[in-house]
Amino acid sequence: MSADRLRSPLGRALGLGSAKEGVEHWWLQRVTAVALVPLALWFVTTLVAHLGADRTAATDWLGSPLTAVAMILLVVATFVHMALGLQVVIEDYVHHEATKLVSLLLVRLACWALGAAALFAVLRVALGS
Amino acid sequence: MSASRPLSPHLQIYRPQITSILSIGHRLTGLALSAGTLLLVWWLVALARGPEAFAAAQGLVGSWLGRLLLLGWTFSLFYHLANGIRHLCWDAGYGFEIKTTTASGWVVVAASIGLTAIAWIAGLAAMAG
Repeated sequence: MSADRLRSPLGRALGLGSAKEGVEHWWLQRVTAVALVPLALWFVTTLVAHLGADRTAATDWLGSPLTAVAMILLVVATFVHMALGLQVVIEDYVHHEATKLVSLLLVRLACWALGAAALFAVLRVALGS
Repeated sequence: MSASRPLSPHLQIYRPQITSILSIGHRLTGLALSAGTLLLVWWLVALARGPEAFAAAQGLVGSWLGRLLLLGWTFSLFYHLANGIRHLCWDAGYGFEIKTTTASGWVVVAASIGLTAIAWIAGLAAMAG
């Protein structure tokens, strides 16, 4: 189901809605939530199984294609979900317009930067450093 | 704005209920997980950077402060996961009766404490064995 189906026909025609893209925000938050259920459970399980591992064991773990792909999915889903969630918290509690705008920008940019750093780290280990 | 208009009860005089406590708990654990994500990215980058950076990261993870943060992170993750599934059920249109929301709330409390305990018992057993 696409997010567009959740709009009313009139709303779709007029292009109205919460800041014009409220449905997309809501839907993406749910899609990433559903993705994070198995990914988060897998991540905690594999973390517990590898506690106290040395660096060789850790790089071997991340060197497996399955682990690397799962980690990439986990990082992407986490940062999209986190950016959307933090955005709502800021919109709810920060009422000063300039502070709100700056906070929203900083949070979004920080999520991109951290996500990029995490993905680069995963790829560097997975593809052999 | 007229002061005589009906106002919703203020938080300070509103009796705390399992539903309202869990609701704000979802936000708080979301914020805690966002903070925890910083550490996760730092750990991944340390793994990619090399043995020295990884040893420093493992040193923090193994310290009492690291363990404490990890305990808070595991609990926040299981709580946000369990309550997130509760939210997805509501999104699908199930569980809106007051009795059901109270019951599902206690399930979330039990599940997050129980899963945290299981993860730590398994983790500590793996470290010891």
